[in-house]
Amino acid sequence: MDRIPILKLGGVLIVTIQVDMHDRLALALEEDLTTMIARTGARGVLIEISALEIVDSFIGRMLVSIAAVSRVLDAETVLAGMRPAVAITLVELGLELTGIRTALNVERGMALLKARFAEDGDGFGSDRDGLDD
Amino acid sequence: MTVSTTETLAIRSGDDVVRVRQRVRALAVDIGLGLVDQTKIITAASELARNTLDYGGGGEVRAEIVLAGTRRGLRLTFEDRGPGIADIEQAMTDHYTSGRGLGLGLGGAKRLSNEFHIESTPGVGTRVMIARWK
Ligand SMILES: Nc1ncnc2c1ncn2[C@@H]1O[C@H](COP(=O)(O)OP(=O)(O)OP(=O)(O)O)[C@@H](O)[C@H]1O
Ligand SMILES: [Mg+2]
Repeated sequence: MDRIPILKLGGVLIVTIQVDMHDRLALALEEDLTTMIARTGARGVLIEISALEIVDSFIGRMLVSIAAVSRVLDAETVLAGMRPAVAITLVELGLELTGIRTALNVERGMALLKARFAEDGDGFGSDRDGLDD
Repeated sequence: MTVSTTETLAIRSGDDVVRVRQRVRALAVDIGLGLVDQTKIITAASELARNTLDYGGGGEVRAEIVLAGTRRGLRLTFEDRGPGIADIEQAMTDHYTSGRGLGLGLGGAKRLSNEFHIESTPGVGTRVMIARWK
């Protein structure tokens, strides 16, 4: 089965969604991310969606669900690179991305997470439990 | 009003929902819709295709390019022979869901379209039409 690759950069898991998401792929991503957060102790999840041509309630629900599970595992989710047309459509659809912060691009998304880590007194790029070391 | 092209697509799986989105995008480009309008009609189509699949037990969508004078539009009619909707007003209400959804599909599809029409008979099925004009 296809899976979306998850990259780990310091304490952040980075996912780039490049394909038109179908059900199985969305469910697999949620599962993989949850497992990875628990295993690596990542503090942030950055989801890059600049290639996504639409976000409907199905994808929206997946994103909100990933953010909710991540939060329980003490990781923050940032959505980066949403296309302007998608943002406009989301508002009209009525979808609120509860619990998800958004950033214009990956760079700003990383900066957002970095600021959060600094607030928490964590060094950026270090794993909180050193499981991977 | 005249219909210039018609095609019918089956909606029987999640992959079909993806195919419907791709076809709607191509037709929206054909009639010259701008990027935001394309995004709106594709999103609305995605919502309705998923309802057809999840609640209607599968069905089909008829996609038509319609002409009214010099205006061109894209009209999509989703149809299934599923259980139907007993209370349409309730189903249209934002955040109402009988499943595990967000309850935004029907209301959202209406807001994202220029025309919206729904008819449903319990035990017979559901038909939802949307249109977006250039
Ligand atoms: N084709 C259909 N056949 C039978 N019932 C339907 C159909 N489409 C919608 N419904 C009913 O209307 C309700 C509202 O639909 P709507 O698309 O607004 O929300 P949802 O599908 O529950 O959640 P979301 O679309 O936000 O994921 C559904 O929960 C379902 O009970
Ligand atoms: Mg729906």
